[in-house]
Amino acid sequence: MSLLSFLDREHTVAKPGYSRWMVPPAALCVHLCIGQAYALSVFNLPMTKLIGITQSAPGDWKLTELGWIFSIAMVFLGGSAAVFGRWVEDGGPRRAMFTAALCWAGGFFLSAIGVYTHTLWLIYIGYGVLGGCGLGIGYISPVSTLIKWFPDRPGMATGMAIMGFGGGAFIASPLSVWLLGKFTTATHVGVAETFIVMGCIYFFFMIVGSIIVRVPAPGWKPQGYVAPATAAKLITKNDVFVYDALKTPQFWLIWWVLCLNVTAGIGVLGQASAMSQEMFPGHITPVAAAGFVGLMSLFNMGGRFFWASTSDYIGRRNTYFVFMVLGFALYCTVPYTGSVGSIVGFVCCFLIIISMYGGGFSTVPAYLKDMFGTRYVGAIHGMLLTAWSAAGIFGPVLVNYIREYNVTHGVPKAQAYNTTMYIMAGLLVIGFICNFLVKAVDARFHMKANDARTNEPGVAPAAARA
Amino acid sequence: MAKSNQEGTTALQLVLAWGFVGIPLTLGVLQTLINAMKLFQ
Repeated sequence: MSLLSFLDREHTVAKPGYSRWMVPPAALCVHLCIGQAYALSVFNLPMTKLIGITQSAPGDWKLTELGWIFSIAMVFLGGSAAVFGRWVEDGGPRRAMFTAALCWAGGFFLSAIGVYTHTLWLIYIGYGVLGGCGLGIGYISPVSTLIKWFPDRPGMATGMAIMGFGGGAFIASPLSVWLLGKFTTATHVGVAETFIVMGCIYFFFMIVGSIIVRVPAPGWKPQGYVAPATAAKLITKNDVFVYDALKTPQFWLIWWVLCLNVTAGIGVLGQASAMSQEMFPGHITPVAAAGFVGLMSLFNMGGRFFWASTSDYIGRRNTYFVFMVLGFALYCTVPYTGSVGSIVGFVCCFLIIISMYGGGFSTVPAYLKDMFGTRYVGAIHGMLLTAWSAAGIFGPVLVNYIREYNVTHGVPKAQAYNTTMYIMAGLLVIGFICNFLVKAVDARFHMKANDARTNEPGVAPAAARA
Repeated sequence: MAKSNQEGTTALQLVLAWGFVGIPLTLGVLQTLINAMKLFQ
């Protein structure tokens, strides 16, 4: 069997006896690796001292220049997930994971050359463009496979994988620091070597994931699982073709729901350390603030699993209602905690907010599955991730610029974030309305039994399977 | 021939697969928890 045919969807179909519980670790192999993106900032300071070694010298890169690496990667994450979504869906998870491994590891190797030759644009192309494509393809690669393996618990299944993306930084951060320590000498900063080793480790991990992943055979159902006889109002039994989904108001309403939920979370996630110190001057030290950021990362990861699993019981739309209502109340409470000096209240508010930020990511694939069926859910999810890219711009801009405006207009630093909190609460009100407007997809968008557009062997649209 | 159509997953394979991703993740989470405790010191 050649490598190319090994990657084909046909060779990925599980034979009888294969346990579906092998699929979540396969998905985690990919998501834990690409989750490194959240820990990229570990390299920021070392990369500003590649020439000066102990401190930045003329010719060394600036932090603002390095910040573009992450931004480019995020843009290409959304772009590649949208563009390659259907290719991922048609080719199956193994081919997608393998491609993601090549892109992700290749991005590290190219970046290592960029660091070695001190050529920044090579890092933009390496980590930003190539790695960003690895991020996008890798992120969506296991989503529809997990939903098909776990029709009884789709939220929990995708929650497990997407939790891995949140947890990737927990592995990458200490690993990067340790490797940098090993390769850095008195005359050399070991960023290039660290990139090469990390590229090798991530390639190995992701390839293992691509080897153990399987898709269920057509018509497979979990033992003892009986699909509900009566369809729930907001859970379709039909499939919507990937590009037809774009024509439905439901897609764009969910796009805005995700975008607003992420905007509200991402803005404070990046500023948590500075915000906590400025709102409680003299009480929260830089060391304690670092601990707060770590705790937020844990809740970001845990929320991905908790909220997605909860959505299996209370429904996706209701889960987002919880995010919007509870988020609104918490954002409005934050200024009060600052005014009364309640650090415990402040910390609790943000830990719950950030858990719902993570939950927004992990619940959305199951929401899309409920709306558009399982056939193209991975590709539709890929297109929806453009909301993430947009939120990545809106969130930090809102928090940073409003704070800056307030400070320059004489507002004390401790109160400079209050306006931002109320704006975030306002965004969640809009998100609530968008979520409220989500109804079942009109039947005219459902794929018909003889739809010629599906080209996945052995898998017909739901209408034909019914 | 019939054997090639079976792909029974053993308990050992499940333990290995989950351990492969679970051990590094657990170590990372523990390290982060230790760092996070500084908030309460």
